[in-house]
Amino acid sequence: MSAQTIPQNKFLKFLTQNAVVIIFVIITAVAIPPSGLSLPYILQEVITRLGRNSFLVLALLLPIYAGMGLNFGMTLGAMAGQIGLIFAVNFGIANWQGLLFALLVGLPISVLLGYICGLVMNKAKGREMVTGYILAFFINGIYQFFVLYMLGSVIPIRNPAIVLSRGYGIRNTLNLESVRQSLDNILMLRVGGFAIPVVTFLIIALLCVFIVWFKKTKLGQDMRAVGQDMGVAEASGIPVEKTRIVAILISTVLACAGQIIFLQNMGNLATYNAHDQTGFFAVAAILVGGASVTRASIANVFIGVVLLHAMFIVSPLAGQKLFGSAMIGEYFRQFIGYGVIALSLVLYAYRTRKAAAEARLSLRGGTASANEASNGGNGGAK
Amino acid sequence: MRDLKTFIQDFGWPRIIIFLFLVFLFIMAPFVGVRLDASISDVLNRFGQYAILVLAMVPMIQSGCGLNFGLALGIVAGLLGATLSLQFELRGFLGFFGAIALAAPFATLFGWLYGKLLNKVKGEEMTIAMYIGFSFIMFMCIMWLILPYNNPTMIWGYAGKGLRTTITVEGYWLKILNNFLAIKIGQFFVFPTGLILFVAFCAFLMWVFLRSRTGTAMTAVGSNPEFARASGVDVDRMRTISVIISTFLGAVGIIVYQQSFGFIQLYTAPGPMVFPAVAAILIGGASINKASMVNVIVGTFLFQGLLTMTPSVINSVLQTDMSEVIRIIVSNGMILYALTRKIKVSK
Repeated sequence: MSAQTIPQNKFLKFLTQNAVVIIFVIITAVAIPPSGLSLPYILQEVITRLGRNSFLVLALLLPIYAGMGLNFGMTLGAMAGQIGLIFAVNFGIANWQGLLFALLVGLPISVLLGYICGLVMNKAKGREMVTGYILAFFINGIYQFFVLYMLGSVIPIRNPAIVLSRGYGIRNTLNLESVRQSLDNILMLRVGGFAIPVVTFLIIALLCVFIVWFKKTKLGQDMRAVGQDMGVAEASGIPVEKTRIVAILISTVLACAGQIIFLQNMGNLATYNAHDQTGFFAVAAILVGGASVTRASIANVFIGVVLLHAMFIVSPLAGQKLFGSAMIGEYFRQFIGYGVIALSLVLYAYRTRKAAAEARLSLRGGTASANEASNGGNGGAK
Repeated sequence: MRDLKTFIQDFGWPRIIIFLFLVFLFIMAPFVGVRLDASISDVLNRFGQYAILVLAMVPMIQSGCGLNFGLALGIVAGLLGATLSLQFELRGFLGFFGAIALAAPFATLFGWLYGKLLNKVKGEEMTIAMYIGFSFIMFMCIMWLILPYNNPTMIWGYAGKGLRTTITVEGYWLKILNNFLAIKIGQFFVFPTGLILFVAFCAFLMWVFLRSRTGTAMTAVGSNPEFARASGVDVDRMRTISVIISTFLGAVGIIVYQQSFGFIQLYTAPGPMVFPAVAAILIGGASINKASMVNVIVGTFLFQGLLTMTPSVINSVLQTDMSEVIRIIVSNGMILYALTRKIKVSK
């Protein structure tokens, strides 16, 4: 390897490692003028959505540290949160007390589901992502069975307003009027025309502090060791399977709380499909923020939420202006959402294979390039 | 006794439960006022509708690419073929086979690109395939709106452009296979001879192919890539071929489905077609790296039998429609079961 090619390589490396972020910034920047939206409006929307979504996206971090990839199984937690909210509305508990009650109901359910999810993933090592994805569908079936057939028949529901006219099962849309934005409105700071839900952001900040602290604990260190290499971790006495279960369990519980925060901001619960897109949006957001399957930071979460939602805000209107059809904008944003996930997974898988090939080559070549290759391969070890 | 034990172990509990449940449903049917002959006719019909989509799973499983969650690419190719066949006003058998012929170049192109991509991401195929499928469906949603189709039966009346969400194939090639040599017994039972023959023909071709030189090499790649490479097989090429065949069968499968169902469904419709196909082959006894014709036929029959019989029988008993919930739990439970099995053949 000659000295002249190195800077170019570095530039290319930067480009490929941040390809997703760069593409996204460009698309959003291009789409803002034709959308005709004012910058303050976009900014206010982004602030609202930061409060609404960040907690859910942060729930993805621990499984990534534990080497389990993007936790598509977080939807399980979201479903637990929804069951909590259904009961809060059922008992007519309003305001933030209602949210707290929902969390208390959702907590044991999410712990149980998280534990199951961890067990299943331990049986499917190396295929965690696709397994989590299907597991979410599977539990969705059980959730539907529970909410549509058990509630109101086996488990009594006191509030007739939320029950289907046939006498059991919950209505398709649940009005969360009693708890709507009760967390955001505890302290809504208005600065220069912008409304900032302070308490929501405080809770998100607390979670960030928790994650930073957790990474430094023994368990957090174990988790990263497991994420690096399960074999080595096992040999050094770390209970690999247990650590993985804990990572997924915490993630599921966080997703439960995250979904409650998300829904109190929305103010409505689409009982049977509110959770369908939870995993998709969260995963798309963290990837747009520059995370990969094995490497993610808190910064990735916030960059991702801002970028993804900025694009979601502008794209329908931009589509309307540019193509004369709002549907095109709508399809376009979904295309980009799915496309980003596909692209980051491809780039990641491609890079891993390339790093492995480089490492093989360097074993035959000199030590200098060996260091280079191993640096490239272990991007996660910061 | 030992034989029975190993048989149960090989076949797996979930499959046995599903099988017994289906038998139970058939026995129950007459008692709750569901006509058995009409049910069997329905099951046969739906078996034929879905069988080729399930068959499309086989090549990629055999070559070690895993479950083809990206089958949507093949389905979209089939949709392009079907819509083009209507655009050119092809009718009857010419229309049906024309649709397949028109879909073939798209399927080959998509399959080739998709295969090349999957070769670069070995080990992560399934998750990536899923998202490639989703984003491609969304991309095609935009295309369906702006492609210059102009057959009035296909486009939105008031806008004068953009394809409809569902397009009827009536007057073109509706039930062209179903009605070919169909045998009608009594008022309710129809044996869709043409459809079943076509499925049997495709399955036979696949069976022959898997025993051909290329087919054997493909299976070798799937069961042991290192060994295959050592014996001079071009691993990447075999995988690409398997993906192309799988994608093409996806296209044929959706066209067969449409002629029986009566409608071409566009936009986001291809998405929900993929999972039932994956679930069916797994119910039939396939694992994520091994599949046979028996798996395809048994699986499609069991899965579609379950989907046909549950609504009619369970609804008559409980007076409520639980079929959707049962479908979700069974199909995803089956995929989950397969994903959590240990892979027997070393990778």
